[in-house]
Amino acid sequence: MLVNIKINNKCYTEDSALTILQVARKHGIHIPTLCYMFHEETNLEHKPASCRVCIVEVKGRRNLVPACATNIVEGMEVLTNTYKVVEARKSVVELLLSNHPNDCLQCSKNGRCELQKLAAELGIRKIRYDGVLSQKNVHEEKYFVVKNPSKCVLCGRCVAVCDKVQGINAISQSLRGFKTKISEPFKCISCGQCIQVCPTAALTQSKSIDEVEKALSDPNKFVVVNTAPATRVALGDEFNFPAGSDVTKKMVQSFRELGFDKVLDTNFGADLTIMEETHEFLERLKSKENLPLITSCCPGWIKYIEQFHPELLNLPSTSKSPHEMFGAICKSYYAEKIGIDPKKIYVVSLMPCLAKKREASREELQNDGLQNIDAVLTVKEYAEMLKMHGINLATLEESDFDSLLGESSGAADIFANTGGVIEAVARTATKWLTGKVEDVNFEAVRGLSGVREATVKIGDNQIRLCVASGIKNASIIMDKIKKGEAHYDAIEIMACPGGCVNGGGQPIRSDMAQIDVIKARQQGIYNIDKNKEKRVSCDNEEIQKLYNEYLGNPGSEKAHYLLHTHFKDCSKD
Amino acid sequence: MKTNKEMFDELDEFIDSLNCNPSELIAILHRAQSIFGYLPFSLQAHIANKLKISPAKVYGVVSFYSFFTMVPKGKNVINVCLGTACFVRGSDKILEKLEELLHIKNGETTPDGKFTLTSLRCVGACGLAPVMQINGKTYGNLTVDDVEGILAKY
Repeated sequence: MLVNIKINNKCYTEDSALTILQVARKHGIHIPTLCYMFHEETNLEHKPASCRVCIVEVKGRRNLVPACATNIVEGMEVLTNTYKVVEARKSVVELLLSNHPNDCLQCSKNGRCELQKLAAELGIRKIRYDGVLSQKNVHEEKYFVVKNPSKCVLCGRCVAVCDKVQGINAISQSLRGFKTKISEPFKCISCGQCIQVCPTAALTQSKSIDEVEKALSDPNKFVVVNTAPATRVALGDEFNFPAGSDVTKKMVQSFRELGFDKVLDTNFGADLTIMEETHEFLERLKSKENLPLITSCCPGWIKYIEQFHPELLNLPSTSKSPHEMFGAICKSYYAEKIGIDPKKIYVVSLMPCLAKKREASREELQNDGLQNIDAVLTVKEYAEMLKMHGINLATLEESDFDSLLGESSGAADIFANTGGVIEAVARTATKWLTGKVEDVNFEAVRGLSGVREATVKIGDNQIRLCVASGIKNASIIMDKIKKGEAHYDAIEIMACPGGCVNGGGQPIRSDMAQIDVIKARQQGIYNIDKNKEKRVSCDNEEIQKLYNEYLGNPGSEKAHYLLHTHFKDCSKD
Repeated sequence: MKTNKEMFDELDEFIDSLNCNPSELIAILHRAQSIFGYLPFSLQAHIANKLKISPAKVYGVVSFYSFFTMVPKGKNVINVCLGTACFVRGSDKILEKLEELLHIKNGETTPDGKFTLTSLRCVGACGLAPVMQINGKTYGNLTVDDVEGILAKY
């Protein structure tokens, strides 16, 4: 129902289902918020009205009301910025700050903290309230998430994302009153989405910058980096590039500036993953066993199935994820090729992802006593490292990946997007079964919605595909499989909504909505793919060479030794 | 004394009678605490599993309500009223005396498991202030000197 209201003496006619905040935002009227979150990717509106920062005056009402949780009604007259409102808001923020460590200079969120921004915006120069900290100012690390309870403003965004978006509900608000805090995580999958929505430094990621710096300054180490597909359209966010800009070549150069011995590409590993995974898929299709095949590149998803659906562990592809394959090849074939002792090689991965850190520490992801990957940096972390060294991505010249393990097809780039891995499988499967790929664009699997289904023709087969992103959607599909209602041949699952472009280690832009950032990055990735000379993984000449010289065929014994892994039941963890 | 299995069976039967409905969580926690005496994490996880909800959600509720306890309570539970009437008539001194005699703090249990000391807000016997309850039995018009003698009865 449409109603007439006034905000700051201007008339608006809007739906009564809307809140004051929604109407204000729609018309560009600024009302500051802190606990409020609109998660556009999943259409989740989180409005606990707990911070009281968005309070406004409504004529005729005795008390100020929270704009986020107050619906508009006919004749309502709202004032958003009177002296009374601003003073009240200041008090609210001062009270929040009276229970905050106020050590902004050493804080890892310095310059990106929403509370800090709010204090600046409201011109707070003095905190009139004295208070004790309700929680200790300490850093507790678990599953690569670093928690500092004293910086928590109890907005509940992390709990909402974990529960309503990811469906894991690993954390909750515990205790009550002054003692309230976010609980210890149960069965966390390290997707990092909670970190992405935390307004302060209450939740941040663990860092490996020091380890990497040490390796770089060790003359006995040969430091190699590989960069995940989704990083090249996101790193630019930290250096004022428009969202989704392809900064691949500048990124490559930035590693050279820091002294990395070789700059190689996770994309090479992605093409390799496709070789192994497609082989595995076609074998399973032939034998009709262990179907549907489910992709296994996403470590958040793997942790999820290990913890919640261990009875289905026969379904994920046993192929290692791209950077793990890369690491295994780097410390075997590549080491041999360049004549360096594999023990001296230190492999760093640049990832859009927090769960990759946890994956890299898995004990089964090693060969000949060497961990496949030595350190993982997220994009956010790497940007921090670059800035620390005074390197501005924008002013760098351009450079290409080094050869051997540097070449990739467009099929590798699209791993960054939800639907990309399955599309890459479809391309290579088509090539193998029919000898050619007439149209490499499998548009049907692309998009942003949480679950997508498509049937594609590969050779003479009608292949039924399903793509899910956001781990909550995975649980829906797993339940369908258990009930025998899922009629798919292959499924791709990525833990983060939208895929790796929206990973838990990606930069957050403060100047635009996250949904638009995701779309821009997705488009950036498809553009890279479109402009690649080769679009199908099995056409990658370096990959062909690797098989000819070293591995034999996909699925060979050697390939299994280096490139495949196994999963374990973690339901009791 | 019931065996562990009997206790779990009794709880499961109760949960099943509520169709494993997660909105009955509080009722289930009450029943579980009356069966087991307390709600250790393993029991919370069991309930979460039955209701198909996250243990975090169960923990959030258990930790919120002061009635629920995650540690076993002593044989005798002492509740000191810290409601306004009792407080102004010196129940804080009663509590201090109990802490001193039992060598534990408010909320703790003696190492021998004999006493648990807790406080609550108003038992509705303000006319008798200050008041404490031991295992539900109310002692009113207390003075600090009464405390030792009352404890000796248990």
